[in-house]
Amino acid sequence: MNWLITENKKRVNISEIPVLNFPNLREEIIKINKRVIGFFGKQEEENVRLFVVMADDIEGKLYISSSVFAKEEKEYESITQEIPAFHVFEREFYEEFGIEPKNHPWLKPMRNHKNDYKFFEMEGDEVHQVAVGPIHAGVIEPGHFRFMCHGEKIYDLEIQLGWQHRGVEELMISSPSNQLAESICGDSVIAYNLAYSNAMEALGDCEISNKAQLIRLIALEMERSAIHIGDLGAIAGDIAYLMGASIFGATRTLVINTMLEISGSRFGRGLITTGGVNFDIDKQLSEKIVSVLNKVATDVERTIKTMLKSPTVSSRLEKTGVVSEEQAKSLGLVGMAAKASGINLDSRFDFPDKWYQDVENRTIKAEGDVYSRTRLRYKEIKQSFHIIKKLLSKLETYNDEPMNVYVSSSKPDSFVISITEGWRGEVVHIALTDSQGNLSRYKIKDPSFNNWFALAMAVRNNGISDFPLCNKSFNLSYCGNDL
Amino acid sequence: MIILLILLNLILILFFPFIMLGIIKKTKAFWGGRKGVVLLQPLYDFVRLLKKQPVVSSTTSFVFKLAPVIALATSITAGLFVPTVMGFSIINIDFAFIVFAYILGLGKFFAVISAMDTGSSFEGMGASREACFTSLIEPAFFIIMASIGAVAGFYTFQSLNVFLYNADILGLCIIILAVVALMIMLLTETSRVPVDDPATHLELTMIHEVMILDNSGCDLAFLSWASAIKMVLISSIIANLVIPYNLPFGISIALYIVLLMFIAFLIGTIESAIARFRMSHVFEFVFAMSAVALVILSLITIRIYGG
Repeated sequence: MNWLITENKKRVNISEIPVLNFPNLREEIIKINKRVIGFFGKQEEENVRLFVVMADDIEGKLYISSSVFAKEEKEYESITQEIPAFHVFEREFYEEFGIEPKNHPWLKPMRNHKNDYKFFEMEGDEVHQVAVGPIHAGVIEPGHFRFMCHGEKIYDLEIQLGWQHRGVEELMISSPSNQLAESICGDSVIAYNLAYSNAMEALGDCEISNKAQLIRLIALEMERSAIHIGDLGAIAGDIAYLMGASIFGATRTLVINTMLEISGSRFGRGLITTGGVNFDIDKQLSEKIVSVLNKVATDVERTIKTMLKSPTVSSRLEKTGVVSEEQAKSLGLVGMAAKASGINLDSRFDFPDKWYQDVENRTIKAEGDVYSRTRLRYKEIKQSFHIIKKLLSKLETYNDEPMNVYVSSSKPDSFVISITEGWRGEVVHIALTDSQGNLSRYKIKDPSFNNWFALAMAVRNNGISDFPLCNKSFNLSYCGNDL
Repeated sequence: MIILLILLNLILILFFPFIMLGIIKKTKAFWGGRKGVVLLQPLYDFVRLLKKQPVVSSTTSFVFKLAPVIALATSITAGLFVPTVMGFSIINIDFAFIVFAYILGLGKFFAVISAMDTGSSFEGMGASREACFTSLIEPAFFIIMASIGAVAGFYTFQSLNVFLYNADILGLCIIILAVVALMIMLLTETSRVPVDDPATHLELTMIHEVMILDNSGCDLAFLSWASAIKMVLISSIIANLVIPYNLPFGISIALYIVLLMFIAFLIGTIESAIARFRMSHVFEFVFAMSAVALVILSLITIRIYGG
């Protein structure tokens, strides 16, 4: 047995995970040809143990394996040469443990910059360099973008992140809490808290009530639709399409204000707790949610249809910032970015939860351009509203169930993978416990971790004035990447 | 009477820009379903900025400090040549349109080198875009004004009024085409949608805004005022094309003010209704002015030489 096969949110014993020598592991990774979702080290006394988690999205299974690097082993043959999707994972592993992937094509630091890092440069008479950030004109997060341009045309973009690095994974071990989990990435409060809570409950072998599960998923879909509506407004704002910016801005407020009525926070902070939820949705509130969503759905539908039909808008969005399906596949993109390039990747349906079973998961016709990413958002808003209404109607059946259950302390020497589909894509939390049952390693992977490089691909050969639009259409997270 | 007209011209040129900006803001708020700021907010902003001391980067030279003053001075000087109410301009000379274009060009030149002076890559890009637009607009503007002058037989700005005075079908066509061409010039020179987006915070997409990114305090106030004055100047040229000059004073001034307010409303409506063009399409849009100018030229040739 070279792999331990498991499922989402299922606890396994660390001792069951096979340990291979690295060349064998490398061969296995290339052979099974699955999607990588985890490639991280864990300090074990003098040694570093490397865990690899691969996902089979069709069967809904997760494959785990590992390898051990002794103290003096400081290099290995990089996997990126064979599977490009590994490039960020190997860079991160190198940065954290100093074990170098040999023949890695581009071992740029992930988060900790050294001052002597040389950006790619082009030479030529009319080539100019444009440096943007890390401090930007708007109220947004810090990130540095270095463009190599010829006139108005972008030849290459290099992205440097890490200014938001707070050491979240270490904090998770020293003081794990729901408050910490929901503060990791401010626009995915529910998704992060849900992934954390699921992991903790799985470690304690605990099953929460149906009612709590439903309320959590309702909140997750509310978050998805609210952020998508906000993004549609931001895309409209970037191309100076005033009507879209005003109406989407106003309707987003309706959705997050409904969240405020559920949980007392517009972004759903404090709603989810390990073992259940802190706030209930009663019949009256449930009716109110449905009526707000109906109003929002009408407004959004009318506005997006007018907007996408407008020739000035479609001329800005179509064929701008294209990521081809082939590129998306080889870079291992996830979530929105992958779906907009025609890859149907959605952990809600790939790793099925019983509540999503009767929801249709339709693919959209996608070209990988800004237009596709805009239209995909609209489709997902509609789907989310549909799901919320379905879940609300089921909620009544479980009225008598408790909101919270007691979660026993985590089992020792366990390993659990918890995947939640946030609005941006899969949020992966992997938790490991030591012999006392305390967390010994907590690994987080935001969808932005995979997707930032897609932005660099998308803007190649586009006008530099279209960069902000491309950037907004991905709307990737800085803090989710920097942790 | 002359003194009164001179005073009126100066008041219109110096203070009407704020009202036009205010109307544009109000119109955008109206179409966006918002209440919007008060009409005179641009004037309040201007006064607030005037009171502030500019912050000047240590990497800049004297050009950077000089440019805002020159930009304002050239805008006001150019205004002296432009006719407002009843076709009256303070300085009335032959070929005033050439003086007008090159005085504005001088201001533009200093704005461009001041932007380059900061050494910022954004400002360099903005300057290159702005310079490119100007070089596309200038020949078209000359063709239009010279053609109109050729028909009138004299080359002062007052030749604008001649068309409406003895307009036939061909003359009306020329007026409409000239208004279209001058509207393109207006949107470009004053950096409005679809050429530029004055409301954006995205440096990479800006044109005019990015050139004044490093200016602050009263320098910024001067630059914004200079740019707003240009809006009144080009609108005045349009107004003189479509308002007959031999009307009584009261009606004439009322028509003029209503027309300028309508132009501001039109700019605000365009800004609310359509998205900004992609940068490569913006160049095509600005170049369209030259196309319209050539059509005017051929129509006028037909008129003079009888087809």
